[in-house]
Amino acid sequence: MGQLADLLLLLVVVLGLQALATSRIQGAVRAVALQGAALSLLPFALGHALGLGAMVAIAAITFALKAVLIPRLLTRAIRTAGVVHEAEPFVSLHVSVMLGAALVGAAFWLGGALELPWPAPSRLVVPSALATLFLGLLVTVSRRKAVSQVVGYLMLENGIFVFGQALAHQVPFVVELGILLDVLVGVFVMGIAIHHISREFDHIDVDALSTLRD
Amino acid sequence: MNAALLLERALHLALLLALPPLLPGVVNRVKAIVAGRSGPGLLQGYLDLAKLLRKGAVYSRTTTWIFRAGPVVGLAAVLAAGLLLPLAGRTALLSFPGDVIAFAALLGLSRFFTVLAALDTGSAFEGMGASREASFSAFAEPVLFLVLATLCVAAGAAGFGEVLEPVGTAAAALRHPVLLVAAAALFAVLLAENARIPVDDPNTHLELTMIHEVMVLDHGGPDLAFIQYGAAVKLFLFSALLAHLVLPFPAGPAGAAVLVLGVLGAAVAVGLVESAMARLRMGRVPQFLVGAGALAALALAVLLTRGR
Amino acid sequence: MSLLAAAALLLLAAALAPVLLARRDAAAFRVGTLLTIAACAAGFAGATAALRDGLNVEATFDWPLPIGAVRAGLDPLSAFFLVVLFLVAGLAALHGLAAHPARGGRAGGRAAAFYALTVLAMAGVVAARDGVLFLAAWELMTVASYFLVAHEDERPEARRAGMTYLIFSHAGAALLFVLFALLARHGGGFGFDAVRAAGPLAPALAGTLFGLALAGFGGKAALFPLHLWAPDAYPEAPPHAAALLSGAVSKMGIYGLLRALDLLGPPEGWWGTALVAVGGATAVTGALHAFAQRDLKRLVAYSSVENLGVVALGLGVGVLGRAHGAPLVAWLGFAGALLHVLNHGLVKSLLLLLAGDVADATGTRALDRLGALARRMPVTGGAFLLGALALAGLPPLNVFVSEWLLLSGALRGAATLPAEAAAAAVVALALLALAGGLAAAAFVKAYGVGFLGAPRSTAPLAARDPGGLRQGAVLALAGVCLTLGLAPETAASLPAAAAALAAGLSAPPAAALEPVAALSRGVLLLVLLGAALAAARALLLRRREVRAGATWGCGYEAPTARMQYTAASFPAPALGTFEGLLARNVVGAGPEGYFPAAARREERLVDTAGERFVVPLARRFLQALARVRVLQGGRLQLYLLYVFATLVLLLAWQLVLSP
Repeated sequence: MGQLADLLLLLVVVLGLQALATSRIQGAVRAVALQGAALSLLPFALGHALGLGAMVAIAAITFALKAVLIPRLLTRAIRTAGVVHEAEPFVSLHVSVMLGAALVGAAFWLGGALELPWPAPSRLVVPSALATLFLGLLVTVSRRKAVSQVVGYLMLENGIFVFGQALAHQVPFVVELGILLDVLVGVFVMGIAIHHISREFDHIDVDALSTLRD
Repeated sequence: MNAALLLERALHLALLLALPPLLPGVVNRVKAIVAGRSGPGLLQGYLDLAKLLRKGAVYSRTTTWIFRAGPVVGLAAVLAAGLLLPLAGRTALLSFPGDVIAFAALLGLSRFFTVLAALDTGSAFEGMGASREASFSAFAEPVLFLVLATLCVAAGAAGFGEVLEPVGTAAAALRHPVLLVAAAALFAVLLAENARIPVDDPNTHLELTMIHEVMVLDHGGPDLAFIQYGAAVKLFLFSALLAHLVLPFPAGPAGAAVLVLGVLGAAVAVGLVESAMARLRMGRVPQFLVGAGALAALALAVLLTRGR
Repeated sequence: MSLLAAAALLLLAAALAPVLLARRDAAAFRVGTLLTIAACAAGFAGATAALRDGLNVEATFDWPLPIGAVRAGLDPLSAFFLVVLFLVAGLAALHGLAAHPARGGRAGGRAAAFYALTVLAMAGVVAARDGVLFLAAWELMTVASYFLVAHEDERPEARRAGMTYLIFSHAGAALLFVLFALLARHGGGFGFDAVRAAGPLAPALAGTLFGLALAGFGGKAALFPLHLWAPDAYPEAPPHAAALLSGAVSKMGIYGLLRALDLLGPPEGWWGTALVAVGGATAVTGALHAFAQRDLKRLVAYSSVENLGVVALGLGVGVLGRAHGAPLVAWLGFAGALLHVLNHGLVKSLLLLLAGDVADATGTRALDRLGALARRMPVTGGAFLLGALALAGLPPLNVFVSEWLLLSGALRGAATLPAEAAAAAVVALALLALAGGLAAAAFVKAYGVGFLGAPRSTAPLAARDPGGLRQGAVLALAGVCLTLGLAPETAASLPAAAAALAAGLSAPPAAALEPVAALSRGVLLLVLLGAALAAARALLLRRREVRAGATWGCGYEAPTARMQYTAASFPAPALGTFEGLLARNVVGAGPEGYFPAAARREERLVDTAGERFVVPLARRFLQALARVRVLQGGRLQLYLLYVFATLVLLLAWQLVLSP
């Protein structure tokens, strides 16, 4: 079981790097969807004792939201906006992959130093959580298109989910579900916003929002 | 209330009510003598008042009840102030710590309504007098307060009763020579508040030179009588205060006699000043008052640093 | 106590009701305002009962937030300020109930909600007994009152006035944060009782804290040189909101000063001198500017500044008395200041409401276009006369009583205190007299030019009394002022306990209240004399001929109403002396030559002293900030990058570099 957990966690990190490396936005969405699928299996792999029925229900809800519903919303937004490629990100793709690798290294370094009050289910949980977090932030910071920002937001949330698994003693699953609901609503709103922005301005370049200053 | 106190009170009232119209007569007589004329009689003020009280009145259609109320309130305020100042004996009809401030406030009330009555006529002349009076009195107020503060600091108390008593019993000028300086400042305030040269000329009716005279141009009959009487009472009060500062006051009815002498002496002094000086240019009047204020401040500084 | 709790709940309801009724604005306004009036009535009853009973209680409320428990309480000082607050707020709201719809009031629900919130926040400030609750309520009061100032936000002047108000308030609040943090550090907790129990402060620390309090609270109380926001903010707010702002919100600065003095323990002598200096400068500046103004509402606003200076002067005299162990001087100073808070709150509300009525009836705020309003608006004119008499500090009205108490204290201080303190008291006397003289002149001008004489333009011709509820509220305020003035003993007894508290005494000194009784007799005598003389005059004129005619024109054939003295020319003889404080920028020249063609001359009043303090400071501050502004790239990603980098750095620092 421990090995399965480690495998899933590493898969999550690799998928994060994949999202960074691709220039096709649909590819990034697919990577995040696969991340969500992997995460829905994680509670089983980490061996939480919550009763089989509860665990299955939670896994099903997580899968439905993260791997199916939200990616579908995003895909619809992409089709409405008519974007395919993330053209000219602030940081070129090669550099962003290298940065991503460096951040993963930093995450593992820091994660090793973070002391939890009780032993984590697996040595990899905290570092991979931090890594996913950082990768999500990197995507948000370095991309131009609004949809990519949403992808980054989702990766951020996935990182928090993994972190939540490390604290699963203390954080009841109700909170996890609440966070999932937040994410759903957030993506919903963002999808609507993207639709309206693209309709108004014929593009969804966040870079055009450059007047947030005096 | 024993008989002596009753006598004092009655004397106070009598002096307050009966003596004032004599003073403008004295001033005019002195000016006339200095100018080589024989001048009007000493009792002319009383005769003028009697004449005015017998007359009717003409009111401008522009005016409101303020115009009719102005002389009434002005006189009432000044008379009330007169009740606070010790005129016969040690204490006044109404005496309490802090009556010094009420005294100044009542004079302010009188001035307020006189100025309002002037503005009520809607005439540019009265407005001019009102503007000048309002502006210059803003300078005269602090000087008056400084002089009153000098009295209080010298005596270590805050009411006319305590303040004027120790000052008056002994030869005041000898014990506190600095009070003469304060008296000079008070004399300047007297000239300013009572519309005398060098601040104002009571005999002229040229718009360049009027302040007080122009404010009352439209009043006539009993209203004018009230105003003239009020002005006389105001002059009387200031002169009484000056007399208290300068002269030593014995106890009992003899004090009243000294007061009368002092008041008449002040009137003579006013007459002499009016004869000797010309009126200041309008722009110089604030400077004149600020100078008086500096004198009073000097007196205070000396008192405070030298100890009492 | 239960009445006060009921008041708080009603205010909360008043703040929330407009949210629920958001669609029907007129109903929202009416419901919100009625709830506020009911709350103020309950609060006033509760506060006067607390004041009469001499209540002094404190209670702790547990709060689910991380700061832990908050303490609230009621003592004579708080009760007194609550009385002022509820009286002013209730009567102003009554006026607003009728006036706001009549002025075509838009966004009425919003106005009512923020009005109620401001009142609630002020009650919170006054009842707070620990730093956190105080600051939270203070901030709420600032923000809610900002929305009152900038209510008519379609006008750029209102927006600008609101922004100025907000900047000044928040700059002061920043200093207050520092003040309460330092006090908490001294006391080991935010509660006031903890601070008091922690023993005396070192003189240097106490002096610094006093300076912080003076600057922080002085900004709210419009003390020099932080008074620049008041003349802009009060005219731009709707009249009933302006009445609340001037009558209650600015008094919270005074309350804060008193509470800070209470917490800092026995004061030093130089604190009193500082208060006298600041208060005197404020009073003279305010009175001078009021005298020079041509706009009726700005004149009244500057008069507020003057009166707040007078209150500060009173506080200075009180502190001088307390520092030098003269209980009578201390009590007189504080009692005068506190009573002035009440009196000014009442009178200024009255005048601001009246100024609003005049502006609505004539359509203009410029005094130079008014005139002869007393005949067309008799009730308004009469009430304005009472207000003008009051603010000139003249008997038989209420402000005379408070100024008399104050001046008595200063005079007694000059006569009995040691030399330096006596000198400060003398300066207080002189400055107060100067300010009083200028203020009297200002209100003579306001009433004389605006209400008397002949109409200077067509604006006043159609003016009529508003009537109804508006008039009722105004008459109620005027009636209270007159009553307090005719009964000085009652008036002086109201702040007696609070003043004793501020002066560090257990009860008012015995010798304090006797002279007030004599003053009552004097006021009565004055009224009787006036009545007697009026009767005498009527008697004299009964048998005489009384005619009507034109004003004597000194021989001029064609005098016009425009020849009358205006609000600009009236103060001219005095303004030359005060060039340093108040400058007149003149552009253009008057008519020239014997047969002049058209000419144009523009004159603008400039607050030189105030701007000389504030503007260079602001400019230097903005220059320093411009260097920091480089960080503002304008791009969303840049800001997210800042967040990201900070996060990584913090993690690295916490986890690895300093475990």
